[in-house]
Amino acid sequence: MLAVLRTVIHRDLLLALRRRADVATVLLFFVIVVSLFPLGIGPEPNLLRAIAPGVIWVAALLSCMLALARLFAADFADGTLEQMLVSPTPLGLIVAGKVAAHWLASGLPLVLIAPVLAIQFDLDQSLLGVLALSLLIGTPVLSLIGAIGAALTLGLRGGGVLLALLVLPLYVPVLIIGAGALDAAAAGQSAQPHFLLLAALLVLAAAFTPWAIAASLRISSE
Amino acid sequence: MLDARDLAATRGDTTLFSGLGFSLAPGALLRVTGANGTGKTSLLRALCGLLMPSAGEVRWKGEDIRALREEYWGHLLYIGHANALKDDLTATENLAFACGIAGLPVPRERVHSALGRFGLAGRERLPVRALSQGQRRRAALARLAVSEAQPLWILDEPFAALDAAGVDLVQSLAGEHLARGGMVVLTTHQDARIKAPSVTDINLDR
Repeated sequence: MLAVLRTVIHRDLLLALRRRADVATVLLFFVIVVSLFPLGIGPEPNLLRAIAPGVIWVAALLSCMLALARLFAADFADGTLEQMLVSPTPLGLIVAGKVAAHWLASGLPLVLIAPVLAIQFDLDQSLLGVLALSLLIGTPVLSLIGAIGAALTLGLRGGGVLLALLVLPLYVPVLIIGAGALDAAAAGQSAQPHFLLLAALLVLAAAFTPWAIAASLRISSE
Repeated sequence: MLDARDLAATRGDTTLFSGLGFSLAPGALLRVTGANGTGKTSLLRALCGLLMPSAGEVRWKGEDIRALREEYWGHLLYIGHANALKDDLTATENLAFACGIAGLPVPRERVHSALGRFGLAGRERLPVRALSQGQRRRAALARLAVSEAQPLWILDEPFAALDAAGVDLVQSLAGEHLARGGMVVLTTHQDARIKAPSVTDINLDR
């Protein structure tokens, strides 16, 4: 069974490697959205420092959304999804592999580049680590929850907008806790409670969403 | 082994077929014919458990496939009319992946020999994007050459886009599979010349 998980992750990463443009689009979108705020607001360090956590987290949310629309669409169009549905391996496991590969290709780059972008907001250096860590724990949750929406809107016309309407409200807790970690650290408090809450969300999402995604895929492909 | 009882499927308000029943024993070939839009693919998808029939049930060894799920799928090879190939991957990678998720770890040499048998020798390293429509179909059907272990083959329009040699190859592979006690279900518009111990025909035209 784990061999199947490895096969799926390996194939999806290989596909991401062969279509680097898709990965780059999401990353560039994130970079541009985050960079627009300092340009629009102007050189006001105090204001920029105050909005940095929210802006970076919202931009990460939107970038995740952008990448999600493609998560199952190609497999659905070319028939690979049907092969996954008739696999003797539980579909939840295959789906977990797909989401893991999706996060590695589109979530992890955001985590790595966010501290660099945060410099534009004059964010204190001690907070860069907190930002990266909160995104590191938070973005997999976004991928997992978003994948349910991606599975439900599969094959629908205008699925992209519907996906945003379905998924963005579900992202709110992650946004509040994730951005809250930075606010707490900036106020001199410990960010640990926020990290623990994010980690708890991640554990819950990792345990339950693959089965919800699998069920949604079966409904969408009937 | 595979029994369908009183199957019916609808699309929108139209009933595609209803009251369909048959039983397949080892070595049996089921040919599904019918004009476009008569529900051939829906019937096959219902047999795979991909589509919930609006009435009736499909049983494998006496048990409902909806209850067996993964256990049933372990005995099934389904090739839909979509090729399930990724344009950016090579034929080898595609076939290895298809076998991987079907739970059949197939060694690389077998993958190569299966593709060679389907006339894709020398093209294994090309991305599927660079192959012709017929060659893509061959790359998808190459799974037949490594799927002896799955007793039930369900093939949707396997001969579409294939040349005469390709059709012969698929027919002989299906014949071999039936001879060793497998079961084959296929839809086709052509006269399939497959040697089979027993043949059932279903025509969905009314």
